[in-house]
Order: sequence, then structure tokens, then C-alpha cells
Amino acid sequence: MANRIKPFSITRLPGFTAIAMTAFAILYVPIFTLVIYSFNGSQSVAIWGGFSLEWYAVAWQNTQVQEATIRSLIIAASAAVIATTVATMAALGTTRTAQFKGQTLIYVMINQPLMVPEIVTAVALLIVFAVIKVATGYTGLAYLILAHSAFCVPFAYLPIRARLEGMDLSLEVAAADLYANRWQTFRRVTLPLALPGIIAGSMLAFVISLDDVIITEFVKSAGQDTLPTYMLGQLRRVVTPEVNAISTALLGLTILLLTAFFLLTRTRD
Amino acid sequence: MPSSSEDLAETARVRRNWLLSTPALVLLALGAAGPLLIVAVYSFLEAGEYSGVEWRFSLDAWFQILFHRDIFDDTISLADAHLTIFWRSVKLSLLTTIATFIFGFPTAYFIATRAPKQRALWLFLITIPFWTNLLIRTFAIMEVLRNQGILNTLLMKIGLITTPIQILYTDTAVLIGMAYVYLPLMVLPMYAAIDRFDFRLVEAGYDLYASRWQVLRRVILPIVKPGAIAGSILVFVPSLGAYVTPRVLGGGKNMMIGNFIDLQFGQGRNWPLGAALSMVLLVIVGAALLAYVRVSTKENPHG
Amino acid sequence: MTDTIAVEAKSARKTYGQGTEAVTALKDVSVQISKGEFFTLLGPSGCGKTTLLRLIAGFETPTSGEIWLDGKDISADPPNKRPINTVFQSYALFPHLTVAQNIGFGLEMLGRPRKEVAETTAEMLALVRMESLAGRRTAQLSGGQQQRVALARALAPRPKVLLLDEPLSALDLKLRKEMQSELKRLQTETGITFIFVTHDQEEALTMSDRIGVMSAGNILQIGAPRDIYTSPANRFVADFIGETNFIDATVDATGATLSGGQHIDIAPQRIAGRSGKMTLALRPEQLRIVPAGHGLPATLTHSVYFGTDIHCHLALPDGTELVARMQAAADGSAAYTPGTQVGLILPPDAIQLLED
Repeated sequence: MANRIKPFSITRLPGFTAIAMTAFAILYVPIFTLVIYSFNGSQSVAIWGGFSLEWYAVAWQNTQVQEATIRSLIIAASAAVIATTVATMAALGTTRTAQFKGQTLIYVMINQPLMVPEIVTAVALLIVFAVIKVATGYTGLAYLILAHSAFCVPFAYLPIRARLEGMDLSLEVAAADLYANRWQTFRRVTLPLALPGIIAGSMLAFVISLDDVIITEFVKSAGQDTLPTYMLGQLRRVVTPEVNAISTALLGLTILLLTAFFLLTRTRD
Repeated sequence: MPSSSEDLAETARVRRNWLLSTPALVLLALGAAGPLLIVAVYSFLEAGEYSGVEWRFSLDAWFQILFHRDIFDDTISLADAHLTIFWRSVKLSLLTTIATFIFGFPTAYFIATRAPKQRALWLFLITIPFWTNLLIRTFAIMEVLRNQGILNTLLMKIGLITTPIQILYTDTAVLIGMAYVYLPLMVLPMYAAIDRFDFRLVEAGYDLYASRWQVLRRVILPIVKPGAIAGSILVFVPSLGAYVTPRVLGGGKNMMIGNFIDLQFGQGRNWPLGAALSMVLLVIVGAALLAYVRVSTKENPHG
Repeated sequence: MTDTIAVEAKSARKTYGQGTEAVTALKDVSVQISKGEFFTLLGPSGCGKTTLLRLIAGFETPTSGEIWLDGKDISADPPNKRPINTVFQSYALFPHLTVAQNIGFGLEMLGRPRKEVAETTAEMLALVRMESLAGRRTAQLSGGQQQRVALARALAPRPKVLLLDEPLSALDLKLRKEMQSELKRLQTETGITFIFVTHDQEEALTMSDRIGVMSAGNILQIGAPRDIYTSPANRFVADFIGETNFIDATVDATGATLSGGQHIDIAPQRIAGRSGKMTLALRPEQLRIVPAGHGLPATLTHSVYFGTDIHCHLALPDGTELVARMQAAADGSAAYTPGTQVGLILPPDAIQLLED
């Protein structure tokens, strides 16, 4: 009885599981540390001073943080709406259709923000917007919203395109067969079926905009900090657990949106 | 004529596709692609006295990328400081790619060989850091690396060191940080490749007397190579253009190209040089992407 | 007579692509389909049968030629303006709608009052016996149930013509047989013209009033199932529908002479005054095997046991291979061993003459 043979596993490779576990640990230990220390009652980030929500209160009452949060949300929401709208239209124009001239060009243009290093785009926008700012005197949020909308387009486009391509082509043909005109077909068949992809795309766009540092840092006018650029500014000075608290709150929001995103894209039909 | 009505329908379809794509194209032209052309123009202008540019044609910026003209005796020498930054950028990006492969491949393999139901969960654990704010992740790894951070504390506890070692604000910190933040970018494409992998091939390998190591090297690795190349490009490209991670973990001294570009638009007050450097970065990244497209279409001509 | 014609294709041609890459899927096909008829387009995949169906539905525009419905040219009408509905091969049920919503979709699009939509939907649900599943999402249905919903959805707007694009191909054998009789029942009950596309000759023979056999973009023969089976117009039809033996021969007024010089009698009405090089076609069940010395000399090469039947593979002296189907002996023993010399009787009135 004691002499049982260890089964030969086809998929096992020596050391791989150990390395994978190490990788997961490496990924999560810093994040957990960050989260735990956001509840630190001590002034210093180095010493544990007991559980406390003190730093959340400090962040909450900081008018700079409040303003940056509101600004971040306004930009992210606007960018998500704009990017998702144009991405949906582009996805409708570029999927489920026979190859047409210039299709590749459209793909390249849409995915261009994914290929160009962000610092280069940031510098380019800095140069152009500096000229426009001087010429028009306008220094409002529109520059940030335009820049964010642009780099969010590919993130909104990809899930919408994936969703549309996964749809049975004959569904719209069936709708036309059943007397639906173009608009009715779109309104009653295409749109409701594409909706999970559109919502997923808008959420990705929202998260991407909310997270952006580099382009925002270069495009923003004076006093236009978003949450990430505010935190980057704070890191230059003495680090307080306040930044941990803001980070944890942002992390929570990201995980929430991601979970929703996965649930939306997973339940296909 | 029915045939011309058919052509008409075809023309209408193409026009409709273009019309639908136009808003996205306009937005991207204004907010991303178009300004890149202005950068190219700026790289051929003279630097303004305080910032910005003078609208006079000049090749100074391109010259300054590699050479240094002494302001007193006009002698020309190689710009060592610039070369150091280029070399650091390339070296750190390559090392980051290697480090993420060493950890990323087994991780992707581990996930791909789980039961289907568990797989989604493990994959989700990779995507959370992937979508988490880069700054937050950089900040998190900074906490770990600092002198009183858990890494030094741990090393002292187990007696490997007696006094904290300075990791933060060194090249090593930048490397660890980049490997940390870009690890998911290696895992995801590698996972996609291994997930498609047919494990009956491994059975065939064992059937033909291969050892585990031989199966890995002769069967698995060659077949998942496109995924490894995709992951490497996905890690190498943003590493080369990294800005936040070297700025936070390198502490301003250990600059990479991204920070060096930033410097030209700030304290350096040399916009044309910044523009020229941006073009160089763009060209290197473009070449890497092009090489990737070449390799991936050669490896996998059907898709 | 034209008022009895429901659908007519007039020299309908469809070419895909251009220049050297152009592929003509349909080559100037003309066909008239009568009102209330169960008409089947039968042919192998790629023969153009689905293309013809899509031209009638309006999903494709003919490259040249016309499609007429009820005496009017509808070639330019979009599919949503044609009183023709389709049962798709993939069913194409809307996954975001319930069974009832799917069935009511067409009527809603036509702007029918809510009450009428509800009533017709209920009626259709009853017609396909799906009342109990009205509120279900279509993804939760079995293949057979999806098939019924697709049928009900296409029938609900009371189309003049119903097009069915290989609707049974995704079902298993037992379900397919059930649906075949179900379809036939629905067609009789509704009186709607059915145009049915299939590559399954048995399905075509059992269900249709008339069959159009297609190959390479042409309709080769149109006729009732019995006519097509017993009098195929050419070698392709004879070969595609059922099994057929082909023998090359030279025909004159008295019969046929094989390449080996043997003479075969053929009924004068089958010859119908034709002569010259022709192909003789004969179904395997019409060949009779007799002891050597009688009829046409042949060698039995091997036989295959099919339970009720035995298929005997035979070779003529010139090498022509033939198959004869005979009933298995009661005790299951093989009547002949391979290599046996036998004689073959070819009934003179069963032999078809096909021009090459």
C-alpha cells in the first residue's frame, strides 16, 4: 500500500511553479505593503503606529486633493465618453465588412497611441498646445480632455471591435429579412448586442485616463493637477502616508472597474 | 444597369466605413499623430533663448545628440553624458526584458496549465497590476526598496547584511522597478501563446524519449517563441521610453532617454534637442516594432 | 399562367470579385417556382444554390438578370422591402431577445399593432409547439428548438415565399427526420411557397414537389423527384442522385454495342431515335446477376455486406466497374465468392441513355 507510484505529469516543468509563485509574490507584496501602510497611524511611512484612517481623513480634507480628484474624474469621464463614441463608430466602420482600401491605415491610426512612446506624444502635445495657448489665451481643461480622448481611443476600440467580430454576421441580415430598415437594425440588433463591448471599452478608457501621468504632466496648465500628477509632485518632497491613502483609494476604484469589465466581457451571450 | 448598381452599393459601403471612422481619425490626428509631425519640424529649428524655438533652420539639435562643441575653443568631442544616458536606457531596457522573461515565462506557463476554471482567477491576478496606475506601482516598489523598507529589513533579519544597502536611486532600483511594472506585459502574450499550445506535442516528445529539459527546449520553447517575442517587444518598447519609473526610482540622477527629453523642455531649455531626441526614440521604437512585425509574419504566416 | 408563378429568376447571374479573380457563382440561371410549391435546390456545396437563394432574398444583387415576385421585378428591392423570409442555416436567432420577441420581430418592424403582434406570435408558438418556452432566451434552447423558433420567426409575417437555407444540416439524424415531416406539415398548413436548399439528395427526394439539381452555377434539371431519379438528364444528375452504373457504348436503333463487341438490348422508347456514342446508366438495384453463360459475362471482384442488401462489385471484360445490389440471403451467406465468373442481365426498359 505504501508503495504508490507518483503519477507522471505531462505539463510539469521543474521549478516553474516556484518561480510563478515568486512572481505573484513580487507583484503583490509591494501593493499590499502600500495598502497596509495607508492605514498606518504613525507619521512616518517606516514605522507602524497602529490601524488608523487618519491619512484618509487628511487626504479627504486636503483641498488640493479634492480639486485634483474632481478634475481627474471630469477629464476621465469626458475622455471616456468621447473616445468610446468615436471608437464605436470606427469599430462599426471597420469590422464585419469586406476589406476596403485604407482599412489598414485606419487600424494603424487608431492603434498609433499604443505604439508611440508616451513621452514623445507628451512632448509633441506640449509644443503644439503651447503655441495654441499663447495664440488663443485659453488655458482650460479642453487640452487635457482632447489629449486624453485621443490616447483612450485604442483602449475603447479593442473590446468593441472584439465584441462586434464575435457577433454572427447573419443576425443583421436576418433583421433586414424581417423588414427592419438600417436604423431599426442598428437600434434593435447591433447596438444591444454590442453594448457589453461598448461599456467595457468605456471603462477601460476611463481607467486609462484616470491613470495617466506623463501626457497630463506635459499638457496641463498651471494649477491643473490631476490626482496622479499631484502624487508625482508629492513624491519629490517628503513622502507621507497620505499618498498611500490616495493610491489605495485609486487602486480600489481600478479593481472595482476591472471586476465589472471582466464580468461584462466574460458572459458572452 | 444592375452591375453598376452593384458597384454603387460597393462605393456606398466603403464611403460609409470611412465616414464612421472619420471622427476617430480626426481626434487622433489632432490629439496624437498630428503633433508628432510638429516635433519633427522643431528638431530642425534653433533653440530659443529662454525656452521654445527661433524659427530658423538649424541642424544643431541633431548634431548635439552625439557631439559636444566646446563653447570656448570650438573643439568637437563626443557628448559623453548623452552617450551614457543612451547606453543606460538600452542596457536597462534589455535587462528588464530578460528579467521579465525569466519570471514571466514560468508564470504564464503556470497559469496556462491550470484547470480552466482556476485559470481565469490567476489571469485576473496578473491583470490587476497591469491596469493599476503605473505611478502607484512605482510608488509601491519604492516603499519596498527604501533603506527602511521591507527588503532591507528582511535582509538584515536573516543576517545577510548588517546595515541597509542603498538600492533606491541607483540603476538597480530603476531595473527592479521597470521589471516589476512591466512583468504583466510579458506574462499576458506568453500566456496567450502557451494557452494555444497543444500539449499532445509534449506527450509525443516524452514518447520519443525526451527529458523534461529537452521537451522544454526542443518542443515548448520553439512553439511559444512568437509569444516570447511579442512579450519582449511589449516590455522593451515602453522600457526604452520609460519616464515615471526612472524619475521616481532613479532620483533625478540616473536618467533614461525619457527623462533626458523632459529635461530639454524644462531646465535644459533646448526644445530642438528635446524634439530631436524624441525623433530618435520614435525611430528606435518604430524599428523594434517593424522587426517584430517581420518576425511574427515570418514565424506565423497564417495569422 | 403567370399568375400561378410565385418566384422567377430570369437569366440571374452573380459574379464575385473582378478581373482575373472573378468567380461566377451563378451562370444565367432561369427558373420558375409556382405558388404553394415545395421547391428544392439540390446540389453539392459551391454549386450556386445558396447564391440563388440569397438573390431571391435580396441579400445579394444580381450581376445581371432579374428576380421576379408575383409578376413584378424586385431585383432592386432591399431585403426588408421583400415579402420573403429566410430560415438561416445558422438560424441567426437574436441572442438578446426571448423566443417570443424573436418571433414577433418582423411584425414589429412592419409596424403592426401590438395586439396583432402578440396574437400572431402566440399563434406561431402554437404552430411550432413552443408555447411553453416563449419567455426563454434563445441560447438556452436545443438545436431542434432553435430550428422551430427560426421557422416560426420567418413564418410570422406571413411571407409570400419562405426560403430555407440548409436548415436541417446542424441537426442529428433522428431530429432531422422529425423536422422533415414537420416542415412538410407546416408547408401544407400555411400554403406558403417553400424554396429549400440542401445537398442531401434523400431529403430533397422525400420532401419536394419539384427539385432543381444544380452544379457549377447552372440548373441541370428541374422535375418531380420520381422523374429526376428515374430519368436523370445527364451523367452529373444520375451520379449525384442515388448510385448509378455507367457503361460507355455505341447506340443504334436496336440497342447498344459495348467496346468489347457485346450487344445489349434497349427498349425503343428509351432509345427514342438517338444513336452514336452514349453512356448507359443503370441503378444498382436494376442489375441482375445470373450464373455464367447467360447475359453479359462479368467477374465478381468483391462484395460488401449491408445487412438487408449485399453490394456486389463486378468488372466487365473491358475493365468497366459496376455495382449490383441484391437482397442478402436469409442465412446471410454470400452467394458468390470473389473471382467468380457470372452473367449480368440489364433490363432493356431500365437502361437510361445519357449523351456525353
